[in-house]
Amino acid sequence: MFATTELNVRNSRRQALVQILFMLMTAVLILPVLIILATLIHKGGPAISFEFLFSEPTNGMTAGGIFPALVGTVWLVAVALLVSVPLGVAAAIYLSEFAPQNWFTRIINLAIINLAGVPSIVHALFGVGAFVLFFGFGTSILAASLTLAIMTLPVVIVATRESLQAVPLAFREACWNMGATRWQTIRRVVLPNAVSGILTGVILEVARTTGEPAPIMFTGAAFFLPFLPESVFDQTMALSLHLFVISTQVPGVPDELPYGVALVLIAMVLVMNPLSIAFRMYLRGKKKW
Amino acid sequence: MAVDAGAPMRLAPGAETARPKVEVRNLAISYDGTPALVGVNLEIYENEIFGIIGPANSGKTSFLKALNRMDMFNAAMQVSGEINFDGRDIRQWRNVYALRGRIGVVFPLPVGLPMTVYDNVALSPRLSGQTNKAELNDIVERCLRRAALWDEVKDRLNSLGSLLSGGQQQRLTIARALSQEPDLLMLDEFSIAVDPVTTMRIEDVLKELRNEMTIILVTNLTQQARRLADRTAFFLTGSCVEIGETEALFTGQVEDSRTADYIAGRFG
Repeated sequence: MFATTELNVRNSRRQALVQILFMLMTAVLILPVLIILATLIHKGGPAISFEFLFSEPTNGMTAGGIFPALVGTVWLVAVALLVSVPLGVAAAIYLSEFAPQNWFTRIINLAIINLAGVPSIVHALFGVGAFVLFFGFGTSILAASLTLAIMTLPVVIVATRESLQAVPLAFREACWNMGATRWQTIRRVVLPNAVSGILTGVILEVARTTGEPAPIMFTGAAFFLPFLPESVFDQTMALSLHLFVISTQVPGVPDELPYGVALVLIAMVLVMNPLSIAFRMYLRGKKKW
Repeated sequence: MAVDAGAPMRLAPGAETARPKVEVRNLAISYDGTPALVGVNLEIYENEIFGIIGPANSGKTSFLKALNRMDMFNAAMQVSGEINFDGRDIRQWRNVYALRGRIGVVFPLPVGLPMTVYDNVALSPRLSGQTNKAELNDIVERCLRRAALWDEVKDRLNSLGSLLSGGQQQRLTIARALSQEPDLLMLDEFSIAVDPVTTMRIEDVLKELRNEMTIILVTNLTQQARRLADRTAFFLTGSCVEIGETEALFTGQVEDSRTADYIAGRFG
C-alpha cells in the first residue's frame, strides 16, 4: 500500500528539478549585484578617503572630493521625502480606507500606475515647466526635489496601499465594533501594522531619488558648483549628476574617481536599510511588541 | 416562513413587565439585492440571555451586524425594517459610535489585535479618551478577571495578544468587549475555535455577566443554547422560524416541526 509508485518517483523528480531551477535563477539574480559591488569596491575603494568625502572637487573636477555633491544629494532626497511621504501616505490611506469602489477611484488608481510608468526625463521636462518656470522657483533644490517627489509618489502610494491592505479586515471590524471611527481604527490598528511596508516604499524612493540624474539636471542640479547650498532656493551639485558629468563630460578624470562616486551612491542607499530596520525596532520597542 | 406578526409570542418569566432592550420589527437584510434575512420580529429583554440557533447561512451573523450598524462599513449590505435599542430606533442615534460602544461583540474566531494583552483590553477605554494610567490598570485587571483570564496572563500583560492560545485569545476578546462596559454583549459562535474546557469556563462567565447585561448568544451548538439561553430563536435560511422559551423548545413544545427536527439533530 505504501510502495513507491511510478507517479511518486516522477513527482519527486519534478520537485527536485523545479527547486534547482529556481535556485539557479536566484543565483543569476544575485550575481550582477555581487559583480557590481565587487567592481566598485575594487576600483573605487582606493579613491575613498576622508578627504574625498569632505572636500571640494578641484582641477576642473579631475581631482579633489565630492563634498558639495554629497551634501546636495542629501538635501535633494530629504526635501523630496518631506514632500512625497506625507502626500503619498495620505493618498494611500484615502484610497485604501476611505475611497468608495467606483469608477472615479479606479481612474485615480490607473493614473497612479501610469505616473509610475512615465520616463524620468519627461518628469524633468514637467518639472522645468511647472516648478522652475510656472511657480517661479527657478533652478533650485526646491524645484528639483518637487520633481523627484512627483516622480516617486507612485512608489510610496503603491507600497503604502499594499501594506495597508495586507492588514486583515478582521482587525478593522473588531475595532469598528468597539465604536471606533475609521480614523481611530487606522491610527491605532492599521497604520502600526503597515509601518514596515511603508518603510520599504520609502527605501525604494530614496534609492530612486539618489540615483536619477535626469529629473534634476534641468531643475536644480548644477554641473559644477563648489559651494554648499544654504537654502532650498539655491542650486546644488548632486552625486548622480556628478557621476554622469565626470564619466562622460570631462576629459582626463582618473579612473578611480567615478568608481568612488558610484560606490558612495550605492553606500548611501544601502545605509538606508539598516536605518529603517533600526527605526522599526525603535517603534516596536515603544509599543513593547 | 416568517413568524406571523400577529402570532402570540412566548415570553420569559416576568418578561411582560420587563422592557425590551432590543426590539426588532420587520427586519430584512440583503447583500447586493440577495436577501440574507427576511421578516424578523422579536424582542430581547434586559438581563436575559437570548439564544439564536440555526445552521450556516441562516442569517444569524447578519442579524448581529445589523444591530451594530455594521452596514455602514459595507456598501453591499442593505438593512430595512426597524431596530430599537433602549426604545430608540438605531437609525436615529446620531452618534452611532456611542451605540457601538454600548454593544460588545465577540467573533467566531478570536481576533486578538496585534498589540499587547494590556493594550488589547485598554484599547476601548483609550478610544473613549481615558488616559489615566492607574484607571487603565484598574480596567484591564477587572476585565481580565471577569473573563477568567487574569491568572494566566497577569505575568505577561506586555506580550503580544496574538501569541496567546486560541482559548486564551477568545477570553481576551471577551475581556476587550467587557472593557467597553457594554449593556449588550453579542457572541457569535464564540466556541467554534475553543476547546471544551475553555468553552465551559466562558459559559460560567456568561452566567455571571447576565446579572449586569443583556446577552445575545448565537451558537451552532444547540446544547449550548439549552445550557445558557432563557429564550431561543431558531433561524433557518434567512428567516426566523420560531422563538420560544428554551426549555419549552427543547422539550418538544414547538410550533414548527423544523425546529424540533433541527434541535433533535435530524438536519442542519
